[in-house]
Amino acid sequence: MTVETTELSLPSRIETVAVAAAAVAEFVSRARISEDAAFGIDMAVREAVTNAVLHGNKKDESKFVDITLKSLPDAVEISVHDQGPGFNPSDVPDPTAEENILKTSGRGIFFMRSFMDEVDWLIRPQGGTTVRMLKRR
Amino acid sequence: MAELNIAERQAGDVTVLDMSGKITIGEGSVALRTAIRRLLEESKKRILLNLAGVGYIDSSGIGELVSSYTAINKDGGQLKLLNLTQKLQDLLTITKLLTVFDVYESEVEALNSFK
Repeated sequence: MTVETTELSLPSRIETVAVAAAAVAEFVSRARISEDAAFGIDMAVREAVTNAVLHGNKKDESKFVDITLKSLPDAVEISVHDQGPGFNPSDVPDPTAEENILKTSGRGIFFMRSFMDEVDWLIRPQGGTTVRMLKRR
Repeated sequence: MAELNIAERQAGDVTVLDMSGKITIGEGSVALRTAIRRLLEESKKRILLNLAGVGYIDSSGIGELVSSYTAINKDGGQLKLLNLTQKLQDLLTITKLLTVFDVYESEVEALNSFK
């Protein structure tokens, strides 16, 4: 099976989340994965792009969110890159801890980790943060 | 077509919002927030969200449900949920919010629970 790759570069605005989700839905339909896996990927991509737009690029439309989609023989890999300063994922509070359950935000990374098989972050020395997410077939 | 459609009806002193579409960051979340704020301004504090037609919700939408719940409680009202799709029920389960919200599968039971 050949590796299919799609790359997108989108401006940092809220509408980008839906644009990215539509592109990913089309990509996923070609990747022939289960409906459940497709739902999880959609969810994780929306959260990753939302984080990139809001927290990474802080809705600065001169900054872009770069998305790379790869259909690998045994998995689908998605990378979302922003131009922000980065953060430490272990500093993000657990939204299911009793004191956080009624918080109105802070569940995005939890959903990404819940729905994908692997999620990791790379703070790039030249600037920007990349979150790489893998969903096995 | 709007991302989230909300139709309001009255069942006794309970306001039912029949919702269909997506509650996601941007338009969907804002539509829910606007509807709840308006009801509270009109002193309609017993609110049942019929989510049968909501096929998709993201973390922003979940946050908006929590925000609605706390705003209504703070105002002395009650917010209950009706007809969750399996996906939404799964999301509320993993976020432990299913233990917070009062959830019903029958509208009659939901309406009776306000009494």
